[in-house]
Amino acid sequence: MHGLKVIFKKELADHFSSYRFLILFSLICMVSLIIAYMVSMTIKNEMKDIAKPQFVFLMLFISQGGLFSFVQFVAFFGPLIGLIMGFDLINRERNEGTLSRILAQPIYRDAVINGKFLAGVVTISIMIASIVLVITGLGLILMGVVPGIDEILRILVYMIISIVYISFWLGVAILFSIIFRSVTTSALAGLAVWIFFSFFVSLGANIVAKAFVPDAGPDNLEALLKQITIQRAISLSSPIILYSDATATIVDPTKKTTRSFVFVGPFEKLSSERFSGPLSLHQSLLIVLPYIITLIAITAICFAISYIVFMRQEIRSA
Amino acid sequence: MVVEEKAIIETENLTKVYKGQVAVDHVTFKVFEGEVFGFLGPNGAGKTTLILMLLGLTEPTEGMARVLGVDPVREAIKVKGLIGYMPENMGFYNDLDAIQMLKFMADLNGLPRHIADERIEKALYTVGLENEAKKKIGAYSRGMRQRLGLAELIVKEPKVAFLDEPTLGLDPDATNKMIELIENLSKEQRMTIILCSHFLEMVQKLCSRMRIIIKGKMVAQGTMETLAKEKFGVDSEEYTLEEIYMKYFQEEA
Repeated sequence: MHGLKVIFKKELADHFSSYRFLILFSLICMVSLIIAYMVSMTIKNEMKDIAKPQFVFLMLFISQGGLFSFVQFVAFFGPLIGLIMGFDLINRERNEGTLSRILAQPIYRDAVINGKFLAGVVTISIMIASIVLVITGLGLILMGVVPGIDEILRILVYMIISIVYISFWLGVAILFSIIFRSVTTSALAGLAVWIFFSFFVSLGANIVAKAFVPDAGPDNLEALLKQITIQRAISLSSPIILYSDATATIVDPTKKTTRSFVFVGPFEKLSSERFSGPLSLHQSLLIVLPYIITLIAITAICFAISYIVFMRQEIRSA
Repeated sequence: MVVEEKAIIETENLTKVYKGQVAVDHVTFKVFEGEVFGFLGPNGAGKTTLILMLLGLTEPTEGMARVLGVDPVREAIKVKGLIGYMPENMGFYNDLDAIQMLKFMADLNGLPRHIADERIEKALYTVGLENEAKKKIGAYSRGMRQRLGLAELIVKEPKVAFLDEPTLGLDPDATNKMIELIENLSKEQRMTIILCSHFLEMVQKLCSRMRIIIKGKMVAQGTMETLAKEKFGVDSEEYTLEEIYMKYFQEEA
């Protein structure tokens, strides 16, 4: 166990003292501050005529003030954080010859990869938590809203999902840094996966669904439904969509399902029309639970693959 | 001078097949406590692979090895705690300074803080880096990096040390310093040292016994005298190790 602790401590210190982290952190901080500022400006105007506004605090995170909301920003930019933090964790050490030297010391081999992953996850957690706190503080100053307990809990759940999501991308980056000897190649591979999932999966899902069910239209509802089912199933393979759906329902209590409106079944439609009030946190959680579990599962799978590949690799000194 | 009593390292038919190629071919040898043992051989002869197997970093395809009676395959962690390893291309974290680097390595070995601090100070002084201790390793010259590698061994205080080409690419002055330091490790720290090198003058000066490996096979083993006698039938006084080595090499090639 002591090996894990030593590696973890060193990696954490490395993250926090690196220029890479500083640049990344200031960039995210800047963007979130701008978003929070713009959102609070627009919310002020919108709230003027409403007698009893609900969940104003959560609006800070989900309302699209200028271009995009904070939640959308993390969904899109979060992968990049994980990739940038992890793409050279193993192969840089291999190329510099430090990996074989660490492994020649009396520690278990998995202490290296576990320590690196854990340190990354902790860094991500601190990053997310501090940004959410900054936005909260800014909201308090600009709008004077105090979050209720329900809202705080929702934000907490949102933070946990975000940490798992970014950790998944850290896992992807570490996997590539184990597989590829060259730092540039592993960075490129990570970027390729990111671009694939953020742009091509939703596009591809659309095309594939249309190819399967070509006769869908407003007059053929059954085919339309089938088309949407296929499209949805394919796009759920993307962690970005998984994350977006999960967080959208958590931070927006008025959203009662992650599915698109056309696809909502008749009974569900009836019940959601009857109860127009916001969902309780418990109900929101029930809706997104499968998404959260899937996210955790793919993160675990990704890390497990890295672990196995790393444990089986031959360690040569040069 | 050689205390031939306890075999510290023992191998039997140690073999490694790497990607279909035989890197180490049925090597059997013993290294005794307190001696400086030299490994000679052309590039790619399997010296490094042999060391990696003894360290438990690579699993042998066949045969067995014992380091201080411990099996490096089954108890790799224990073996790694007993052995100090200085690879050919020493990797350091360039953004750390010497003290931070040595502390990190001491932590990995589980040394308590007060013992580590004491040893680090002594080690830096021994290798003559005490004035550069706060400098980032990235700014170190090759000679300084190699000496820092030795400092690491002094901090760890292993029973056995593997030195892979410790003088490669060093200038004559730095080379002499290195030889002195290695001698010091052997005599004062009573470390058993296994030395891989192409710098035959150094091997001749330092090693009590040596072995020649060509294409993964052990072709000769013994003291200077026995090696010379085998090939030339005379005492070693007349021949340098270089001449003996070339003779073996030409015959094999």
